[in-house]
Amino acid sequence: MQELVNRAKELLANGTVQRVLGWKAGDMAYNPEPSYFESEADLSEFVYDAFCGANLSKYMIEASKKEGKTLVFLKPCDSYSFNQLLKEHRVDRDKAYIIGVGCKGKLDIEKIKKEGIKGIESISGIGMEDACDTLKIGTLYGDKECSYQDVMLERCHVCKGKDHVVFDETLLESRDTVDSERFHEVEKIEKMSPEEKFQFFQKELSKCIRCNACRNVCPACSCRKCVFDSTKFDSAQKANVDPFQEKMFHIIRAFHVAGRCTDCGECSRVCPQGIRLHLFNRKFIKDINEFYGDYTAGEDINQEAPLTHFEFSDREPNEERG
Amino acid sequence: MPLTENEFRPKIVAFCCNWCSYAGADLAGSSRLSYPADVKIIKVPCSCRVNPMFILRAFEKGADGVILCGCHPGDCHYSTGNYYARRRMTLLFSMLDYLGIEKGRTRVEWVSAAEGVKFSQTMNEFVEKIKSLGENVRLGDLRCKN
Ligand code: SF4
Ligand code: SF4
Ligand code: SF4
Ligand code: FES
Repeated sequence: MQELVNRAKELLANGTVQRVLGWKAGDMAYNPEPSYFESEADLSEFVYDAFCGANLSKYMIEASKKEGKTLVFLKPCDSYSFNQLLKEHRVDRDKAYIIGVGCKGKLDIEKIKKEGIKGIESISGIGMEDACDTLKIGTLYGDKECSYQDVMLERCHVCKGKDHVVFDETLLESRDTVDSERFHEVEKIEKMSPEEKFQFFQKELSKCIRCNACRNVCPACSCRKCVFDSTKFDSAQKANVDPFQEKMFHIIRAFHVAGRCTDCGECSRVCPQGIRLHLFNRKFIKDINEFYGDYTAGEDINQEAPLTHFEFSDREPNEERG
Repeated sequence: MPLTENEFRPKIVAFCCNWCSYAGADLAGSSRLSYPADVKIIKVPCSCRVNPMFILRAFEKGADGVILCGCHPGDCHYSTGNYYARRRMTLLFSMLDYLGIEKGRTRVEWVSAAEGVKFSQTMNEFVEKIKSLGENVRLGDLRCKN
């Protein structure tokens, strides 16, 4: 981590960048948050460890409007989001100095809590220099241990790979974290009967409190005017005035990002209700791959996007579908 | 066929593009071909004008089946609209299916201005299909807050 801070200081000092976009230590070991650092002194609060799941690419929309360049740290998966934003002309490549940072998988605090570990005071084994196989957790009730792999974010188990798709330089080593198949859960649902499917989703979606966190965090959800915001009450949700937006929220949200969602996993990470939003996103990704050929949003900015492109030979919507 | 008192009359919404399918419906009418009155036609400029949300909105408002009709591939008045519509609807229908909404409730048909017969046949078939599926109770609200 010190390497990142040193490099950031250098780039600030030699005037390459005006500010740094990174993660700042939170009040707990497990909640660092995205932050700007304007000076060398600010950087004392910089962290980069196993809890830095937050994807900073969406902040670059705002940073692209600022004076001068912003140094931004992007994990491999975050770089796909940045690239996708670049393709949609939402960020300015010239305003970004990108350091691609290595990643050993990021952790999900909810999973640690589910292991019955409560009253957490400190967590070690989360640094980039650590082996990242066991976490030592100091709690109000004594010391606990748990396996790093077991408490990783869902997305890290199906990581797209540890290569950055866009960067100016890279720092820190990564390691492979993949131990499951990305579409496995989607396939399981596809095999259910319509009744089972409906029951499954009804149960999952009834937990939703319509907080909009999944939309707000999503790099693909960057429309200036969102269908879910009320035109009458400024930032108020439309759900208040039109139940349609609320009832169909999940289908609409997923459709709006279809073909653009990089499967960065942020929506599932931030949902306070633990709703597995990736089950929707990945269904679209899987269908797009199957119907129109393999496509990974954000991978190649010159590739034709699946929903703004067509082939004469495309399948018909009524065809038997899986 | 006399109506029995409790016979289920499905509500069907048919989005028809102005240039082919709506004209096809017109021809069906002027040729005195019948199709059930349960089908409510909504005229749209082109099949690609149909935002996937329109389909969801129709279901939310109580439709039991929704069909989209446009010009045959290659014949769209705006050249390519129906090709885009085809991809969107393919993905949307597949998603609805994934959520447990019966496949038969959604359909896309290409109907030209000369195909009055096809229009009436398609609608008759679709209405029968929806009758067999019964009322749409699922897509009113995806959550269990009905
Ligand atoms: S998805 Fe991959 S790159 Fe992204 S945080 Fe997880 S392990 Fe790291
Ligand atoms: S929908 Fe979720 S996984 Fe996809 S880009 Fe948005 S936040 Fe990332
Ligand atoms: S983050 Fe979760 S609870 Fe909030 S709106 Fe999205 S799905 Fe619903
Ligand atoms: S005008 Fe009929 S489908 Fe485009």
